[in-house]
Amino acid sequence: MTAAATVTPVRRQLHPPPVAASPSPYNEGSLLSVQDLTLDAVSHLLARASALETMDPLVRDRILLKRRVALLFYESSTRTRTSFELAAKSLGADTTLISNLSSSIEKGETLKDTGLTLRALGAEAIILRHNSSGAAWLLEEVTRLPVLNAGDGMHEHPTQALLDLRTILAHVRPGVEAVAQDTLAGVTVTIVGDILHSRVARSNMLLLPRLGARVVFCGPPQFLPELATGAGPGISIERDFDTALQQSQVVMMLRIQAERLAGQQIDLEQYKASYQLTGQRLAAHAPSALVMHPGPIIRGLELTAGVADGSQSVILEQVTNGVAIRMAVVERALAEAHTKAGRS
Amino acid sequence: MTALLIRNGHLIDPAAGVDGPRDILLKDGRVVEISAAGKLKPTNGTESLDATGLTVAPGLIDIHVHLREPGQGYKETIATGTAAAAAGGFTAVAAMPNTSPVNDSAEITRWMLAPERGAHVRVYPIAAATRGSKGESINDFAALKSAGAVAVTDDGHPILKDSIMRETLVAATRVGLSVIQHAEDTRMTQGASMNAGPTAFKLGLRGMPPEAESSLVERDIRLVTELRDARTHLHVAHTSTAAAMAAVRQARRNGLRVTCEVAPHHFLLTEEHIGFYNTNAKMNPPLRSAADRDAMIEGILDGIVDAIATDHAPHATHEKEVEFENAPNGITGLETALGLCLRWLHKEWKLPLGRVLSLLSAQPAALLGLKGRGTLAVGSFADVVVFDPKVEWIYRAKETHSKAHNTPFDGWTMQGKVRWTISEGRVAYASA
Repeated sequence: MTAAATVTPVRRQLHPPPVAASPSPYNEGSLLSVQDLTLDAVSHLLARASALETMDPLVRDRILLKRRVALLFYESSTRTRTSFELAAKSLGADTTLISNLSSSIEKGETLKDTGLTLRALGAEAIILRHNSSGAAWLLEEVTRLPVLNAGDGMHEHPTQALLDLRTILAHVRPGVEAVAQDTLAGVTVTIVGDILHSRVARSNMLLLPRLGARVVFCGPPQFLPELATGAGPGISIERDFDTALQQSQVVMMLRIQAERLAGQQIDLEQYKASYQLTGQRLAAHAPSALVMHPGPIIRGLELTAGVADGSQSVILEQVTNGVAIRMAVVERALAEAHTKAGRS
Repeated sequence: MTALLIRNGHLIDPAAGVDGPRDILLKDGRVVEISAAGKLKPTNGTESLDATGLTVAPGLIDIHVHLREPGQGYKETIATGTAAAAAGGFTAVAAMPNTSPVNDSAEITRWMLAPERGAHVRVYPIAAATRGSKGESINDFAALKSAGAVAVTDDGHPILKDSIMRETLVAATRVGLSVIQHAEDTRMTQGASMNAGPTAFKLGLRGMPPEAESSLVERDIRLVTELRDARTHLHVAHTSTAAAMAAVRQARRNGLRVTCEVAPHHFLLTEEHIGFYNTNAKMNPPLRSAADRDAMIEGILDGIVDAIATDHAPHATHEKEVEFENAPNGITGLETALGLCLRWLHKEWKLPLGRVLSLLSAQPAALLGLKGRGTLAVGSFADVVVFDPKVEWIYRAKETHSKAHNTPFDGWTMQGKVRWTISEGRVAYASA
C-alpha cells in the first residue's frame, strides 16, 4: 500500500491563511541571511570588497574612524573572528570581543540582555557567532542594531557564501564583479560531507543557484537527508563522490562537525573510503576543478594534506577573500543611513 | 441566587436540536425555562440581558488547557487562565496535569478545584496517568476520579511502554475514565524543535518526524483493539498529522471508541508560519506541512474530529524571547479559538455554525462525559455564551486576560465577538 492510499484526498479548494512576510531584517545594515541580498546588492559588495582591498590603508582607515563594532562570539573561531576584526579595524573602527567563556554569558545572561548591554555600551553594530540556528534574528529584533550573522548554529554563514563566491568568480569568471542570474550558468559546485550540520552549505545553496550555478550535495544519508533537495531550486544530490567530481568545476569539502553530531556515531574509515578527497581521486575525476574548504580543515580526514596544499587548492585564497568581503559588509552595516535611522 | 433572563437572542443548541429565536431563563445556576423570543418577561429580582441580533449558545468547552497551577503561577494561574477562558466564550476547561508538582494525586486535584483558586469558569482537572508522569507506575484512578478528575493522561510525557499503556487503558476503563494521549514517540524527537522536512533543513533545526506522532497513535489503537472492551475510550490529543488522522479514521470505521481533537493552529498554520524563528509559532506537536494542515481541515469537515481544543499553553514573555531551540513549546489559545473557528471553519470553509459550536461545546462535553454541559436544555448548567456572529475584530495579544502573550495570532482578524459569558448563572465576562 502506498502512503497516498492512506491519506484522504482533498475534496475542495482550501484557501488557508497566508504566511505573513517576515519583518526582518529590521535594520537595513544587517546581514542575517544571503537571502537578504538582491543580486545588485551582492554586486555592490563584491565591487566594494575589491575597492577596499586595494585602497591606501591610511585613507581606508578613515571610513569608519572610531565607530564601535562588537564581536559577540558564542563559539570558537579563528578565521571568521579574526577576519571580521581585521576588516573592521582596517576601516578605522574600534572593536571589542565578547566571548561566552569570559563574560557574563557564563553567569546565565541571555542573548537579549547581552545585546542590550552592548548597545548601551555604545556598540553600533554587532557581529554574532552563535551555536543556535536563528540567534542573529533574535539579537537583531531586540537590539534593532545592524547585526552581521557570522554563523548561527546549523543555519547560515552569509559572509562565507560571499567570500566563496568571490573566490569562485576570480577563477571561473575572472574580472566579473557585477553578477546576474546567469553569471554562473554552466558551473557545477559540489559540496561534500556533513551537509546536514553545515551553515556553509546552506548559505551557498541559497546564493549560488541564484547566479545560475548548479549545487550538487554529496555525502552519506546520515549527513545528507534526501529532503535537502526540497530546500530550494538548483539543488541536487549525488551520493557517489567520483560521479559528482566528474561534473564539477568547483568542489567544496566540509569538515565533520563533531560538536553537532548529537550522539550520532560515524565510521571514519568507511567515511574516508567514500568521501575523502585524495590526489588520486582528484586527478582521475576533476583534474581542473577548484578545491575549496571553509576551514578548519582536518588533514587526513575529509581531504589529504597533498590536496590541501596542492595546486588546485584555493583554501588560503578563501581566507584572504574573507577580509575583503567582511570590510565591505561592515562598511555597509555602518553606512550613515542605517545607524541614524535609530529605530527601536 | 438571582435569576437571569436572556431575551430575544438566536439560540443555537446543537445537542437539543434548537436553532431559532428564544428567551432563556437561568436560575440557581441552571437553565429553568426556554420560550419563543419575546414570551418571557423579567420579574422582580430578575436581571435581563438583551440579546437582540446576537447568537446564544451553550458555553464553550476546551478539553485541553494548561493553567500552570500548582507551581508555575508566573506563567498563568487558574484565576487568570479561566479569565481568558471566559473572555473567549468558554465556560469549562479541562486542565492538563503537567503542573509542578504533577497532578497525580487526589490532593492536588482537590487543591485545583478549591474556591480559593478563584476560577471564573468551571475547571475539570485531568490527572496524570502515572506517578509523576514518568510512565512507570499507574496512579489510583478511582481516587482521582472521586476527587474530580475527568480523564487521565501523561500529556507532554507520552506513555511509551506498551505494558504501561495497556495497564492504563484497562484501569481507566474499569473506573470509567478516558485515556488521553499526547502521541509523540519521544525517542524520535530528541533535540528537535519543529516539524521534520525541507523547512527544518533550510532553517538548520532538528525536526520531529510525522511518524513520531502517527506511530504512537497506531500503537495505541492496536492496544485498544486488543483489549476488546467497548467501554475503553482512547482520546488522541492535538492531532497534527495526516497519518494520525488516517489512523483515527480507520479506528472509527472499525467501531472503536477512539476520538480526537484538533487545535486551531494545526488547522490554520503550517511550518512556514515559523518564518525566521518566531518562537510564538513553536509548540508540540509542531506546525506541520500544508498537506497535514489540509488533512486537519478535512477531518473537521468530515466529522472525524470530535472537538476543537486549544492546547492553551501560556509562557512568560522572557521564556519565549530566547533562541528558537531553547524556547519552551506552546501558545495561548483560549481567547482566539471562537474568532478563528468562525472566521475560517464557518465563513471560509462553510462549516455550518451549529457544527462549529458543537465542536466547541456539545461534542467535547460528550467526549469527557461532562453531565449537564454542552447544551442549554432545561435542567442543564446555566453555561452560556452570547456573541455577535457578524462582527469582525482584530485580536491584540497585549489586551489579553491571560498572563501570557505568546500567540501567533496577534493582529489577526477574528470573526464573532463575545458579548457575555455566563458560567453557572453568573456573568463571568461582559465585553465593554
